[in-house]
Amino acid sequence: MTMKYKTTIGMEVHVELGTNSKMFCACPTSFGAEPNSNVCPVCLGLPGSLPVINRQALIRTVKTGLALGSEIAEFSKFDRKNYYYPDLPKAYQISQYDLPLCGGGFLMIELEKGEKRIGITRVHLEEDTGKTLHESKSGRIEDAAFSLVDYNRSGTPLMEIVSEPDMESSAEAAAYLTTLRCLLRYLEVSDCNMEEGSMRCEANISVRPAGSDELGVKVEIKNMNSIRNLQQAMEYEAARQVKAIESGEKVVQETRHWQENKEVTIPMRSKETAPDYRYFPEPDLPPVVFPQELVRQLESELPELPPAKKTRFVEELGLSAYDAGVLVADKQLAGYFEECLREFPHAKTVSNWLTSELIGRLNKLGQHIGESKVSASHLVGLLKMVEAGKLSSKQAKEVLDEMVASGKEPSQVAADKELSQLSDSGELEKIVDAAIKANPDPVAEYKDGNEKALGFLMGQVMKLSRGQANPQEASRMLKDKLSG
Amino acid sequence: MEALRTAEDTKNMSESKNKKLSPEQVEKISHLARLELSSEEREKFAGQLSSVLDYIAKISKLDLKNVEPLAHVGELKNVWREDEVERTDVHDKLMDLAPEAKRGHFRVPRIIEE
Ligand SMILES: [Zn+2]
Repeated sequence: MTMKYKTTIGMEVHVELGTNSKMFCACPTSFGAEPNSNVCPVCLGLPGSLPVINRQALIRTVKTGLALGSEIAEFSKFDRKNYYYPDLPKAYQISQYDLPLCGGGFLMIELEKGEKRIGITRVHLEEDTGKTLHESKSGRIEDAAFSLVDYNRSGTPLMEIVSEPDMESSAEAAAYLTTLRCLLRYLEVSDCNMEEGSMRCEANISVRPAGSDELGVKVEIKNMNSIRNLQQAMEYEAARQVKAIESGEKVVQETRHWQENKEVTIPMRSKETAPDYRYFPEPDLPPVVFPQELVRQLESELPELPPAKKTRFVEELGLSAYDAGVLVADKQLAGYFEECLREFPHAKTVSNWLTSELIGRLNKLGQHIGESKVSASHLVGLLKMVEAGKLSSKQAKEVLDEMVASGKEPSQVAADKELSQLSDSGELEKIVDAAIKANPDPVAEYKDGNEKALGFLMGQVMKLSRGQANPQEASRMLKDKLSG
Repeated sequence: MEALRTAEDTKNMSESKNKKLSPEQVEKISHLARLELSSEEREKFAGQLSSVLDYIAKISKLDLKNVEPLAHVGELKNVWREDEVERTDVHDKLMDLAPEAKRGHFRVPRIIEE
């Protein structure tokens, strides 16, 4: 985009909290169950049923608020948001309107030019809707006469995180979502799987001429189900709006859908007037006065969060900022790294083997560290063999190939492949002695000061050991014996 | 005009006190509630709704500076449950209630906002 325009983006992120049961009833929240099997009168909105708040959902929302530096409300309540759609069986969604659980806060994102603070407006709790399938070959509602509804998801706890319009490019929007997802995974409040829909994002985007203080007309973009989609959609939409302005058209305030296959945003058919949700306090739920002691307890129990962990990896363990960033970006990878360190406290060695060797091999197989057959203790076993001189690093890489494929222990793989370095001093001494005895002339030359003769003798040692002698050990032993 | 829903709206109404809601306003409100009203009913409810609004308008005029907004009529707070699963096996009964069902789903006419 040309520098003549500034882009402004704000985000609304919905996250399904990974609780066992739903927000207001005891139905399970499992993904992929038989349609309409996890339902009850409450989540179907049958008359006479009454909701009861899931305490764990409140706790997870408060934890998120604490990690984002939000103010935790002393007094909070739920409200009804009224609208009609088949996936909403009560014809209202229980949400929070004017008194959300958490208000304010911020998230620091990392950009090439440095860190940037993105303001958080609020974090509130609501319930998810059911799912509709449209009965048509294309799967599109426009072509369908009927829809099929599954209420398994209805009533799943849903946390909404609303940001301030502080992002100024598609890259910043992508960094925000990536950082937020990483944080939520550290907090263990959701698995944040965008493909399965447990994390969903919507963005409000506008452009305005540089130098203008007045924000442009904002357009809401939906249906971006990956971070890549979000970035592409923001790029497309900013360019579309600039083009409209430059050609003298008006940008219309509307909701548009990202169409992944065509890489465009298209307007959603909608009413001319803004929706009228007629929010009012939920009479079936008493207010929440979240206990201050519990807030303090949750605060003290927060795990080490990504920024603090990264700083510690750099300052205390001596890793590069880049390597620390790679490890910390994935909670499971960071956990694996720290597990290795407990048995083998050489951070740089572990980091190198983990990020370049193991992850490289797993990526080729399309495996995540969580799916790896190589346990942390097996990787440590391998690194200890290298450290003890039992394997050269070249041999260790060969052993690692097999470990990744089979999950076998490193010592087993090395034995099976007959890979070892001779550094057992007794064994090695015999070979060194044999090499000296068999080559009196080079020995004499070396003693006369010809350094090159040592290379020849080393070659003989390696030959006699069939390449398995530890070169450093052998060289040291040869020098010792010849100088004696 | 939008449906009447905010304090601002009721305040505005209080200024036009005794003015009956227009048929269009009643139409809008009944549409939002998905209620179909006959023209006689529209007329009847226009009067009744207007008197409700007049009453609210009276309250709006009171000095409520020192009155806390009411979030809930009960005295209760913090009623919650632990995160435990309890299964209710109502699937079959439920599908019997469905006007139309297909492959375990409820089948409904497509809904597009127009
Ligand atoms: Zn339920």
